[in-house]
Amino acid sequence: MEHYHMNLTLKVWRQKNKNTAGRFETYPVQNISSEMSFLEMIDVLNESLVDQGQEPVAFDHDCREGICGTCSMYINGRAHGPWHHTTTCQLHMREYKNGDTIVVEPWRANSFPVLKDLVTDRSSFDRIVQAGGYVSVNTGNAVDANALPIEKAKADESFAAAACIGCGACVAACPNTSAMLFMSAKVSHLALLPQGAPERKGRVLNMVAQHDHEGFGTCTNIGACEAECPKGISLENIARLNREYVAATFAGGSQNA
Amino acid sequence: MKWSTAFNSAIGKKLIMGATGLFLIVFLIVHCYINAMVFYNDGGATFNTLAHFMGTNIIIRTVEIGLMAFLIIHSWTGLSLWLKNKARRKTGYAVNNRQQTSRWYSRSMALLGTLILLFLILHLSAFWAPNRGHQLMEGEEIDLFQRMADAFSNPIVVVIYVLGCISLAWHLLHGFWSSFQTFGLSTHRYKGMIRGIGNVFSIFVPLVFALMPLWFYGGSHGWFDMKPSVFHQQTIPVEAESVPMH
Repeated sequence: MEHYHMNLTLKVWRQKNKNTAGRFETYPVQNISSEMSFLEMIDVLNESLVDQGQEPVAFDHDCREGICGTCSMYINGRAHGPWHHTTTCQLHMREYKNGDTIVVEPWRANSFPVLKDLVTDRSSFDRIVQAGGYVSVNTGNAVDANALPIEKAKADESFAAAACIGCGACVAACPNTSAMLFMSAKVSHLALLPQGAPERKGRVLNMVAQHDHEGFGTCTNIGACEAECPKGISLENIARLNREYVAATFAGGSQNA
Repeated sequence: MKWSTAFNSAIGKKLIMGATGLFLIVFLIVHCYINAMVFYNDGGATFNTLAHFMGTNIIIRTVEIGLMAFLIIHSWTGLSLWLKNKARRKTGYAVNNRQQTSRWYSRSMALLGTLILLFLILHLSAFWAPNRGHQLMEGEEIDLFQRMADAFSNPIVVVIYVLGCISLAWHLLHGFWSSFQTFGLSTHRYKGMIRGIGNVFSIFVPLVFALMPLWFYGGSHGWFDMKPSVFHQQTIPVEAESVPMH
């Protein structure tokens, strides 16, 4: 692939803290390599801002290899930028050409309040998981992996659901700011496994209650979440979440049980 | 978990939307089937007989109350959810390329639904309300075939009806599949089938509906030989045995 350098114009959302109003600032960035990742490009911008004695742009990042779910950014109107199945750290600058203008915004949802610049508070996801996205086990010795038979198809589906990295792109892309895709992945990966069975009914009811309590919207099956998910979590998980909810409700499952 | 709580959650509201929506879809099948009898071109003999059955049968009339209730619940829940969901993103995106990730009609269900609701108000006040009123006051039904012929000789009415059917088609293109997804039935095995049947249904049913005003318009303007109403603008007696069949 051809290696080239480019000059870009960035329009970045700057916001001092949770309580102040934010606005867009325009920054030119020069001599960006096409082999850089999007976050490395922001690093270059921040170094030049520091050199000029200005506050660098705050943004979330951690593993920079597409598996942690920390990086966010709504880039030119798309969660994690325009590439399919990609986190922002894995979006590379070869997507852009010299002279492009790129608008960078934080995730927008009342349930993800902006803390500073491009950093949002996604602890609402943590609280949904705390409400039921776990299995209670007394940890003794590790059990032999083959002692508990699990159908191959179910193991695969569960694994696909467990690929969710909790990045919040589903909420960011959803016109209703619903967190159903995230929640459905967490419910599915445990509902498909025997280890998740004892807490199955309470889990879905508690997690849905917490989802609503956090102020996330209601799903209307638009499908933008599935299209933007960097891990390819399928809408079939939302169908499963709905089945789990109906089954738990009709079977008389109780919350907080 | 209490039932009231169960149907108030994010998923509970979806279930209400899906259940009422599916019921309205079933109604569309019956409505479309019976109204398609006007195409027999028998002066409304078949159509009015079936319409008479629908208008006087005790079971159908009871279900009609449920139909109205479901229509109101579907509209009310849908619009209130739309308003609440809009408020959940106080600061919107400066740039949003949402057309790259979802279909416009999936995002516009509230708008399409509102258009359909406005159309239904016109539609019910043109046919259903006068007929029921006449039944109540006079004990007789209106000649609905003649009423359709009269109404659809006006090109403005025909245009409004065709636009109403187009709104319905877009609404169904999302709604049909969406209701199955809500009930968790759109699994890997069935989702292709549901999408396929949904797409055919969403185009076929509104198309048949849209052809009715066009057919009457054509008939009243002499494009083809439309047989006039066999009832000669008279009302049909409520007693079934006195309804002329041919």
